Amino acid sequence: MSEKSRSAVFTNGIIKENPVLVLVLGTCPTLATSTSIETGLGMGLAATAVLVCSNIVISLIRSLIPDKVRIPCFITVIAGFVTIVQMLLQAYVQPLYQALGLYLPLIVVNCIILGRAEMFASKNSTLDSTLDGLGMGLGFTLTLCIMGAIRELFGTGSLLAGDWFGLAKGFKGIPLFSRFMPGMSIMTMVPGGFFVYAIVMAAVHYFTKDKSKIRKDFSCAGCALAGSCSDEQKALEAGSCDKKEVR
Amino acid sequence: MSHIGAIFIIIISMVLVDNYPLAQFLGICPFLGVSKDLDSAKGMGIAVTFVMVLATAVTWPIQRLLLDPMGIGYLQTVVFILIIAALVQFVEMFMKKSMPALYQSLGIFLPLITTNCAVLGVCISVIDDNLNYIEALFTAFGAGLGFWFALFIMAGVRGKIEDQSRIPEPFRGVPIVLITAAILSLAFMGFSGMFN
Repeated sequence: MSEKSRSAVFTNGIIKENPVLVLVLGTCPTLATSTSIETGLGMGLAATAVLVCSNIVISLIRSLIPDKVRIPCFITVIAGFVTIVQMLLQAYVQPLYQALGLYLPLIVVNCIILGRAEMFASKNSTLDSTLDGLGMGLGFTLTLCIMGAIRELFGTGSLLAGDWFGLAKGFKGIPLFSRFMPGMSIMTMVPGGFFVYAIVMAAVHYFTKDKSKIRKDFSCAGCALAGSCSDEQKALEAGSCDKKEVR
Repeated sequence: MSHIGAIFIIIISMVLVDNYPLAQFLGICPFLGVSKDLDSAKGMGIAVTFVMVLATAVTWPIQRLLLDPMGIGYLQTVVFILIIAALVQFVEMFMKKSMPALYQSLGIFLPLITTNCAVLGVCISVIDDNLNYIEALFTAFGAGLGFWFALFIMAGVRGKIEDQSRIPEPFRGVPIVLITAAILSLAFMGFSGMFN
């Protein structure tokens, strides 16, 4: 593969096929951990580490895995790396480990990681898979940070508060709004997560020139398990999509 | 408090207060993806409830009787996800062979459940919260019911916004569904603080 297409593989995940905003994958961790920039960044980096490592391993062993049991194999590899990340965070970055809580082990079922294993790493060389993992992971991290910034700014009135992985203990954040208005705590709660996600996605749709790339609906195209789906399922999906498109 | 009362409170609080998709961000993907019509919402809801209870019934004893005594609690994530994957596969095979009619209506949702974070989430959270076996089972049942309930409301609302011609262009498709979810979760926030 030439240099140019390599860089395309890398940037693909950051902008053109951003896993959260364009492919609509990994919605649970996105909504749950984007309450502040710090937790968003922590979640994003943890998931990126797992994604890159699992992409490397899966692309290395892709010719050894029988086709029928590939999904369980992928899940095992991913779960192994999630456990490693979990133990590392618990040992060295305890506050982040506490903040992410249940969502740390749930990286295993993050559709982005299984999706990239199924759609990219199992078909491409190790170098390309590494770049793809990095790009997708950074795209995920970037989106989490943007959403985290919006929710933190409106929710608490300041930006960048937190312990910063032990580097700046108890940093109160830069008070941008908090001088003249109290934070709207709803933004850091559940409804705020849905609202901010919807508005960021709508903004992306507004600025996207190529409208054909936008996912009009949830369909098999973005699902990690599309390959292992039975035909009935696809028919079901297609049927419900058709109904929508008639309008 | 009597046992039945305690169980009742567990179920009600899992359905209304700690509703998985609308208050805890678990199982959002199927919540948004399979809520297109009431029929598939019903199928998915039943399948998820069933697998949640079954998975908790298997993973709780494994954690408490196998992983904890042997001091290998750190293998929780790997063991749980493999158990869930295997369990879903067995249920699918069993259903296909012995209950073809049920398989027709529910079976198609089963493979999707392996990667549903609500199932793994309930298995891990009942361990983290130190619940006993009975409480764990009813928590799983309540979580499944809550998921089904949220899915059902969502499917009903989405039937009304099927005509998207009056929605501003950038909001069509996924964003309007997210806005709907936001308003629903706002309504569910009203239940918080019902039990202490």
